[in-house]
Amino acid sequence: MNMSADPRLAEAWSHLPDYLGSHVRVSLAALALGLIVSLPLAILSRHRPVLRGALLGLASIVQTVPGLALLALFYPLLLALAALSLSWFGVGFSAFGFLPAVLALALYSMLPVLRNTITGLQGVDAAILEAAQGVGMTPRQSLFTVELPLALPVMMAGIRTAAVWVIGTATLSTPIGQTSLGNYIFAGLQTQNWVFVLFGCVAAAVLALAVDQLLTLIESGLRNRSRLRAILGSTGIAALVVATLAPAMTRPQTSYVIGAKTFTEQYVLSALIGQRLKAAGLSASTREGLGSNVIFEALKANDIDVYVDYSGTLWANQFQRNDIRPRRELLAELKAMLARENITLLGELGFENAYALVMPRKRAEQLGIRTIADLASRSANMTIAGDYEFFSRPEWTALRKAYGLSFRGQRQMQPDFMYAAVASGEVDVIAGYTSDGLIAKYDLITLGDVRHAIPPYDAIVLLSPKRADDDGLQKALAPLLGKIDIATMREANLRAAGNDAASSPDAVAQWLWEKVGKK
Amino acid sequence: MPTMPLIAYAHVGKTFDDGRVVAVDDVSLDVAEGEFLAIVGGSGSGKTTLLRLANRLIEADTGTITVEGEDVQSVDPILLRRRIGYVFQSGGLFPHLSVAGNIGITPKLLGTPPAEISARVDELLDLVRLDRAPYRDRLPHELSGGQRQRVGVARALAARPRIVLMDEPFGALDPLTRDALGEDFRELHRKLGLTTVMITHDMTEAILLADRIAVMRGGKLLAQGTPAELSASDDPYVGELLRTPRRQAERLGALLPQGGAA
Repeated sequence: MNMSADPRLAEAWSHLPDYLGSHVRVSLAALALGLIVSLPLAILSRHRPVLRGALLGLASIVQTVPGLALLALFYPLLLALAALSLSWFGVGFSAFGFLPAVLALALYSMLPVLRNTITGLQGVDAAILEAAQGVGMTPRQSLFTVELPLALPVMMAGIRTAAVWVIGTATLSTPIGQTSLGNYIFAGLQTQNWVFVLFGCVAAAVLALAVDQLLTLIESGLRNRSRLRAILGSTGIAALVVATLAPAMTRPQTSYVIGAKTFTEQYVLSALIGQRLKAAGLSASTREGLGSNVIFEALKANDIDVYVDYSGTLWANQFQRNDIRPRRELLAELKAMLARENITLLGELGFENAYALVMPRKRAEQLGIRTIADLASRSANMTIAGDYEFFSRPEWTALRKAYGLSFRGQRQMQPDFMYAAVASGEVDVIAGYTSDGLIAKYDLITLGDVRHAIPPYDAIVLLSPKRADDDGLQKALAPLLGKIDIATMREANLRAAGNDAASSPDAVAQWLWEKVGKK
Repeated sequence: MPTMPLIAYAHVGKTFDDGRVVAVDDVSLDVAEGEFLAIVGGSGSGKTTLLRLANRLIEADTGTITVEGEDVQSVDPILLRRRIGYVFQSGGLFPHLSVAGNIGITPKLLGTPPAEISARVDELLDLVRLDRAPYRDRLPHELSGGQRQRVGVARALAARPRIVLMDEPFGALDPLTRDALGEDFRELHRKLGLTTVMITHDMTEAILLADRIAVMRGGKLLAQGTPAELSASDDPYVGELLRTPRRQAERLGALLPQGGAA
């Protein structure tokens, strides 16, 4: 296979200005903010042991929080702050994307900067400090002409460490709505597009190295009093910023933002919606790889305009309902509840993507298991795997209660790997998705939910409050409503899970439109 | 006394560690204008503390110190330090600044125009006998110990002070360099009409360079006077300090034939 001819590589390159630009902007903004906060704090604390201990302790604690969790925590925090600010000052702000990412990453950058600045300043020889005083320097002059220049190499080492950390961790800001090089990695992981994953990793590494080298250049320029090197390094950083701002400036302002969650089907459907909007002459961009809660809040706050969710998910998660209703009834009530949040439920796409317990067909036949009720008596000797959300969702509680399920062990897995795991016997049962194409591929069956513990999961199109009366948007999406049946969606998902050029979300969306658009 | 002393300590005391360590104990000492005073004492005698009280690197607990007729407590310590030259033990040069940068630092702090500083640096390099061209732009770590100390002296003199304080300036040098530097400084002291206070633990050096010597021990001023006056002192510690140079002089006189080249 000739890599350079792979259309996925061409597609990856086509996203680079956008992803890299956003990545550089969010990383450098976070680094700058981190420096603006950390440097004065470090200087302030150099003669104050208590403050110093408190700062370093706090920064160390922040460092132990995993990057993804730190980013995820800032989203609800800012959401609450935005709501407060709106009610107190009448001014709201977007808690989505850039702001939480910058704040979390800035916090992340603080430890190396604080620690190295403090260490560097403390490492200055006492005799030199005395000399600075003796020649008649004020404490301020001593700091700027003697202490900081002497501490500079150690400080710069800290700043470089922070830069590399921030650039690496920024790839995790995709799920909170900040476009970054992480978009390649998240999308690639979901759609089994390893070209994307590799491309994202390499791009992030190259960027980290480049920034590190530029900072080294600035440092050596400052240390050797070579103005040329310092200017070259600073120009490099400035050029990086300008180069990433330019495409953002020239890019047409897209009026519609389409959201997508973190799994294959969502990538395909958001691509499909994007194609429909473009066909209708509307400009659109996509924010993909968003967490389930982030995406709903983002829609409510008008940060995204349209996305596809599932009735049961909203019912159980967003509205905390654990009663099970017939399909039509649930949809009607959901529509009313969403309307109270000013969100429009435009309509159903026509298929359901429900959670279902899935087993290999052969094994189920051997054991005589056809429904979840049949499974219950054997579950004590079996292991189950689910996605990262499943075991904390109300559906799981409902299932256990309805059937008295009690498994020997449970595991969490990346959704795309679950099917292979159950097919190979590594786990006995998985909580899969009914619309997943891999069910057919691996010859698996879904077990009947005879007691109706799992609510219906109709795929529904949601519109943000500000798009409630947008006829153009509604007209563009109307041809999709009710047209996608479960078999078609399964086939689309199977295609998208392939590992070749035809499996890109855009290509699959095109195929899907050709199938359903003519109906 | 016809003229007022340029530096005067009156009943000065200083303790550290909440009074547990007495560094300077009721010291009164005058330094006349144009005088070269050496303060001699062992480590812990309080001699360095006494020196630093003069430019307020250390603040006195009791007593008064006047410099050029003014109580130092009524003078901004930063401005005070800028008008008093200070030579540190083993140079105390700023490692990231060139020789010129080190020498010009106090004029720069005083806001002297760069061209003037540059000319002054050249003048001072001549004064401390360092060639302008090769040394101007070197960094301190590229110099020998003696050269570093010459730069330290030049830096202390840069803002044309009337007073120079020296903290064991030649202590870490080899004997030849030390002797040459001491002689050169003595000459500068005379030529520029400086008032110099030098700390040393070496009585021989003190006798050879200073007009007057003050002896300190345990924070107290034991004796002060010209070498001749000191040799008349009946203090046993002073006598002990003088014994070494005397014996050395006698032995050297006996070992080295008069006028011969060793």
